[in-house]
Amino acid sequence: MARVAILGLTAILATAPAHAVQPGEVLKDPALEHRAREISEGLRCLVCQNQSIDDSDAPLAKDLRLLVRDRLEQGDTNQAVRDYIVARYGEFVLLRPVFAAHTLLLWLTPALAVLLGGFGLWRLSRRRPAGPERRLTQAEEAEVAALLRRE
Amino acid sequence: MIVETGHFALALALALSLVQMVMPIWAARSGDPALRQTTSQAALGAFACVLFAFAALTWAHATSDFSVQNVVENSHTQKPLIYKLSGVWGNHEGSMLLWVLILTLFGACVAGARNSVPPRLRANTLGVQGLITFVFVLFIITTSNPFTRAVPAPLEGRDLNPLLQDPGLAIHPPLLYLGYVGFSISFAFAAAALIDGRIDAVWARAVRPWTLSAWCFLTLGIAMGSYWAYYELGWGGWWFWDPVENASLMPWIAGTALLHSTVVMEKRDALKVWTVLLAILTFSLSLVGTFIVRSGVLTSVHSFATDPTRGVFILAILVLFIGGSLALFAWRAPLLRQGGLFAPISREGSLVLNNLFLVAACATVFVGTLYPLLLEMLTGEKITVGPPFFNSTFVPLAIPLLLIVPFGQSLAWKRGDLLAASQRLFFALGVALAVGFATLAMTAGGPVMAPVGVGLGAYLLIGSAMEIVARARGYGARRTRSPAVIARRAFGLPRSAWGTSLAHAGVGVVVIGIAAQGWASEGLASVNPGQTLAVGPYVATLDRVAPRKGPNYEEAGAFLTIRTRAGDEVGQVETGRRFYPSRQMTVTESGLLTIGASQVYASLGEVGKDGSIGLRLYYKPLVLLIWLGAVVMALGGGLSLTDRRMRVGAPAKAKARALPGAAVPAE
Repeated sequence: MARVAILGLTAILATAPAHAVQPGEVLKDPALEHRAREISEGLRCLVCQNQSIDDSDAPLAKDLRLLVRDRLEQGDTNQAVRDYIVARYGEFVLLRPVFAAHTLLLWLTPALAVLLGGFGLWRLSRRRPAGPERRLTQAEEAEVAALLRRE
Repeated sequence: MIVETGHFALALALALSLVQMVMPIWAARSGDPALRQTTSQAALGAFACVLFAFAALTWAHATSDFSVQNVVENSHTQKPLIYKLSGVWGNHEGSMLLWVLILTLFGACVAGARNSVPPRLRANTLGVQGLITFVFVLFIITTSNPFTRAVPAPLEGRDLNPLLQDPGLAIHPPLLYLGYVGFSISFAFAAAALIDGRIDAVWARAVRPWTLSAWCFLTLGIAMGSYWAYYELGWGGWWFWDPVENASLMPWIAGTALLHSTVVMEKRDALKVWTVLLAILTFSLSLVGTFIVRSGVLTSVHSFATDPTRGVFILAILVLFIGGSLALFAWRAPLLRQGGLFAPISREGSLVLNNLFLVAACATVFVGTLYPLLLEMLTGEKITVGPPFFNSTFVPLAIPLLLIVPFGQSLAWKRGDLLAASQRLFFALGVALAVGFATLAMTAGGPVMAPVGVGLGAYLLIGSAMEIVARARGYGARRTRSPAVIARRAFGLPRSAWGTSLAHAGVGVVVIGIAAQGWASEGLASVNPGQTLAVGPYVATLDRVAPRKGPNYEEAGAFLTIRTRAGDEVGQVETGRRFYPSRQMTVTESGLLTIGASQVYASLGEVGKDGSIGLRLYYKPLVLLIWLGAVVMALGGGLSLTDRRMRVGAPAKAKARALPGAAVPAE
């Protein structure tokens, strides 16, 4: 019975997908490992939805994590590792889009929204009241009175 | 038979919603106000019918009626009863039915709110609501019918996605839908005002409780979803900037802006057109939120209902409501008379600034979420807009927004005194700086942004307490220094003032929780039973690894004991991997140990050849504050709702109890 249970247990753990960064992947040099984590947080797992390779269970993400560490051990700088991976997988792999012509609108959205909104407000605050106030009609007055009574 | 009756009830609801939609128009044409009454009755009838249909589907799920296709696809005889029930909305068809149920529930509430909404506005609002109900029930009946029979009926169902078999799922979608759908009422009010060509403070007062309750539910729904993702997805993150999360965040941000602009409109008769536009945008974003998940455009954990064939219908719905309402806005908004003006330095001025930053933040999330899609469509280039983008654009917009929160409440309406407000907030700023620097000194060498965030949170907390103090102390001639008078006035303040203050304090709590994650730490190692792994101030010992059997899964569990570095036991944690044979899926069950507001988070990785397990541990200081803060925000909203000015159909006697001298200026 115990053996069956252990077999079952092994089966569960063996079929389990690889889970994010695994102990076996960790580099011996903590400084290098820290850099590896920094880089992989910014790289997208290509087969997942908006997940970094650092968080992903997918085998492809594991391959990429190993690749990052391999390049680091060969002495690449952080940027060189990123460039190497972008050259192989395209810009799609970067979680932080580059700042370039095709992403200009994306990056400028927050500033544009604040500036345009601010400009609109500035215009609005300079406007002077137009015309005299319209008085309430008698029916409206009665409605207001009824509502106030109900309060 | 019950299933067929449910199906029939849904068809009846379709007919009733048509009546609900047509009657106000007829009433306006014929000039017979009695016809408006029919609208309310139709709304109540539609609710009763959808409720019956929903009950019928729930019955089919509870009794595992495998002659119903929906039950076959999402249930299993061995599934625990709670998940049989929550499984009703754990799928596309059922969740649509829940959506419509909540829609008609809100409609019924408006129909019942006789005192707080003028009859003409109520009828027109219900008419618009009827159109929404009609279109969605039609969508369910024609493309997503949950009552379709399975012939021949199988002996066993295919079970629910294991990720969704969680108490979180039982609560998360209903809360989220209450929020999304609640904004449909604000939308219907806005459309009714546009159709009528008339909008005033009465409108603002009538719409405010509905917006506020929708906002409270959405706040709770998002917080619940975030906590669920945190413990269920197994890598300890609490917000991923996933398109589906963004889809729920956008209506929340727009709804927050709407809430604040409605206040300005009610008090100062300004921002009318803007408020109407926000109401339209908020519900439009809610629709996008509901359907972006289902259109097949984006896929993630949430899209349990990806089916491109429904895409066309969904797109048509989006075009009808968003395009239609914006067209109505463009046509009718010029008829709405622009209301009062405002000075930049005043409470309404600061609320306008709040709207500016909220809308900019919302636009950023919107563009960030849809940009990759549009870019690929236009140029074929594929890019990713991930968390680093949102963190570096959203946060700079959020910080000035948070800084002006206490200013708004300490400025008076019409003409505020910035210097006096700054003096009042001087104390809050001073304490916040002290807290920030003290934290920085205590955690020297750690991240710098975390103490800044804690200081900001402290500023918000003290600032929200100052809101009450400033209002109780009074402005101008009523200003007093006597503590007794201040205390008496504070208790006499309307509940909405206390609610506002509480909600703002909740924001401060969330900010502290988020900032504290800068100090989170992580441990990762292969461990054998008996070995230890340290994380933060704690050490975990792996006691044993053992198999377990659940009702519909098998589990490999790892049992850990958590001790302090000094060796005192703090508690036990279990984490495991569950295998669901019916779906052939494995799911990580993370283990959580709560210590105060902090947590130790354990999750099980792969197994080594020597029988050791991969163990991932996180120390998450004060992480619970993120969700508790959201709950405080929702409580603040709830407290405001109990204010007599907002209570739907409140009895008149409350007025006599108000303390003399407690009246608030310009209210």
